[in-house]
Amino acid sequence: MKRFVTVMLSLVCAATVCVAAVCVAAGAADYPSGPITYQIPFGPGGQSDIEARRQQPMLEKELGVKVVIQYKPGGGGSVGWASLLRQKPDGYFISGMNVPHIVLQPLARGNAGYETNQLEPIAFFQATPIGVAVLIDAPFQTLSDLVDFAKKNPGAVLCGGSGTWSGHHIAFLQLQKLAGITMTYIPSKGAAASVAAFLGGHVKVIFGNSNDLYQHRDKIRVLAFGTDKPFTPMPDVPTFKSLGYNLLASIDRGAAVPPGTPPEVIAVLEKAFLNIANDPDVQKQMLDAGFVPVAMGEKEAKTYIQSKVDEWAPVVKEFKK
Amino acid sequence: MFGAVIAGLGNVFQIFNLLFLFIGVFMGIVFGALPGLTATMGLALLVPFTFTMSPASGLIMLAGIYVGAMYGDAIPAILINTPGTPAAIATTFDGFPLSQKGMAQHGLVAAAFASSYGSFIANIVLATAAPPLARASLAFGPPEYFWLGIFGLTIISTLSSGSMFKGFLAGALGLLLSTIGMAPIGGDVRLTFGFPELQAGIALIVALIGFFCLPEILSSVIGQRRATYAREPVKPRMGVIGEVIASLLKKPGLMLRSSAIGTIIGFAPGAGGNIASMVSYNEACRWDRHSEEYGKGTIKGVAASESANSAMAPGSLIPLLTLGIPGSPPAAVILGALMLHGMKPGAELFTAYADVTYAFIIALLVAAFMVTLIGSFGSFLFSRIINIPSRYLAPGILFMTVLGSYSIRNNVLDIWIMFVFGVIGYISNKLKFHPAPIVLGLILGPFVEEGLVQSFLAGKAAGGTFSYMVFRPISLVLIGLSLMSLMWPLAIKLKSRWRTEERQPINEGGQDA
Repeated sequence: MKRFVTVMLSLVCAATVCVAAVCVAAGAADYPSGPITYQIPFGPGGQSDIEARRQQPMLEKELGVKVVIQYKPGGGGSVGWASLLRQKPDGYFISGMNVPHIVLQPLARGNAGYETNQLEPIAFFQATPIGVAVLIDAPFQTLSDLVDFAKKNPGAVLCGGSGTWSGHHIAFLQLQKLAGITMTYIPSKGAAASVAAFLGGHVKVIFGNSNDLYQHRDKIRVLAFGTDKPFTPMPDVPTFKSLGYNLLASIDRGAAVPPGTPPEVIAVLEKAFLNIANDPDVQKQMLDAGFVPVAMGEKEAKTYIQSKVDEWAPVVKEFKK
Repeated sequence: MFGAVIAGLGNVFQIFNLLFLFIGVFMGIVFGALPGLTATMGLALLVPFTFTMSPASGLIMLAGIYVGAMYGDAIPAILINTPGTPAAIATTFDGFPLSQKGMAQHGLVAAAFASSYGSFIANIVLATAAPPLARASLAFGPPEYFWLGIFGLTIISTLSSGSMFKGFLAGALGLLLSTIGMAPIGGDVRLTFGFPELQAGIALIVALIGFFCLPEILSSVIGQRRATYAREPVKPRMGVIGEVIASLLKKPGLMLRSSAIGTIIGFAPGAGGNIASMVSYNEACRWDRHSEEYGKGTIKGVAASESANSAMAPGSLIPLLTLGIPGSPPAAVILGALMLHGMKPGAELFTAYADVTYAFIIALLVAAFMVTLIGSFGSFLFSRIINIPSRYLAPGILFMTVLGSYSIRNNVLDIWIMFVFGVIGYISNKLKFHPAPIVLGLILGPFVEEGLVQSFLAGKAAGGTFSYMVFRPISLVLIGLSLMSLMWPLAIKLKSRWRTEERQPINEGGQDA
């Protein structure tokens, strides 16, 4: 009797799973058929929001359904990503996703509310290389001038950037290590605040986003960018690599879905995002504003994220006491 | 420049652009008035639409939203003691007592006119003196923000009617609440009690709804079973508009000072309308011969708060348009919209795109007039809201509080936080603690903390934290203002010893606190 109950229960369970699977499959076949919520894990007005607003009408055209933007700010994005995990994995809830945030937060905090590999990437569509700059009247003409000065005066150079355990912070730590120097990092809350502190002379050096550096290019001198190839809008600025520092630093924007989302659904979303990312008009607008257009699909995105985990885990471990 | 101004005028005074502007102002008022919706959200929502418009039309509409929202937040502040955005906190201090006296229309008209006035003055400054002011705004570094925060906290000595000790205790509680979540510097996660959602910290608007709106519903409406929300029903009439505007025009000192405070705090990047309106209210109260009227329902209090928070908006555009540094979250959205239209803030805006830029500035001015218009005539409609019987209005407001708390960050935990704060607010009202110092602590905590930690880091590198923090011109001015603000109640006490029995809202026993 007991055995019978067990068998029956297993059957019921199996049936449920099958039905659920069929439902998902059926859902996936005519996906999308209803409005899609596009979560921004930051407040309105940030670059992630502006980018999503640019994509919104284009996504609606690509997917043929309404796309609703919803903000869930907090914890530098972590609150939004933690909530993404709790959403139904049916493709009707997607979220903006930023590297290095999704890599560094789980590494640096005990419990960020999510783990990096729980986020299922759709695509990356924009990169913002991180550069190091000084004001135009500063004595440092090149990165080596700055490094020499910092070697002679440990801790005296004030460097600004946005946030702790952020892209700027990790780039700062990596440069210190690679160059064998000590400087002082003064984090600000947000990129705008750190640019203001820099232009006002409250910090001497800024670790900044390419779009901010590009926008203020007539007042500042960018010493190096954390790109592989020269940064297209400012081709004369050297890369860290060309100066002998193996440092790649950038903030990458993409989108993600909750774990367990059917691959067919991800494929539909991936295609829509990549079509927009490959649109020549969009690419031109991004370059004009100082961004690097990217069109990185799902598979590549996963590999990229993992490579960043491997790169940064030891750095965070070393500096986080 | 003159040609560009003419071109800008031509851009604004086109029938469609005027219509866009009007729609923008109206939308802005709605977004401002509903707690949980913000000017920033309204602007962000509109950005995709501006793609299909010419840059001028798009920016004109954005201008309308920004200006409208700066007034809209006063409506719930006056009617139901709930600031629509944090910038209207100080509006509740006198606005709500006004509507309790049946003078809601006076409050609404005063708010609309003061809002336009502040906006107008700040716009003139924006149009004529932006570049030098923008450079001055960069002088604000970590020590200046720290001292600005400290100066803000000294307002508690004015806010805490009754006992200074209670006021500072409440302020300390607010500071403590502000440390919940991620540290602004260092990124440590604090006081989250195991809720990952609390990494986001306490949302200001959630605290406002909890501390201001809920206790009112609990104590007056449910507790005393009052039939209507206000003690006196409001009977709007045409004459009020003229009376209120005339009496405010007779106070140029108050209006100009409040607008100037708003403009100055606006162009210091990062400091927002909430600080502007609090500081302005405090100064209005301090410099008025009849300071005892404040807090009991005077249009002067409403005007001080609203003209400052509306002046903050064009003020925050000064560093944006000239340097490309957004001074406030709404300014950040406007920056995004400019960039999407291929316009880069900075000198280029006033040369290559001068016609569009001046269209935007002129639209801000015209929008200010529209606010007075809509606000004055709308006051007939809005003020009647509090005549609705409590049994319909209270559940409606309760529903809005839940919706508002949730929608600000789409976070369910925020609703619970709001209810908890509501109960705390109710109890503290009973114990004669005013909630304003708590909220002030919550607002200023991050400023003080960020400024202090950054100053320590920079001071260590510079060789002396104390000298780094104190010996700077703006720091010294702010330190002086803080001392003056703290000593003021003492000075008043001495003064009142000369005069006979002047009533002051200060408890002597708490002086040494």
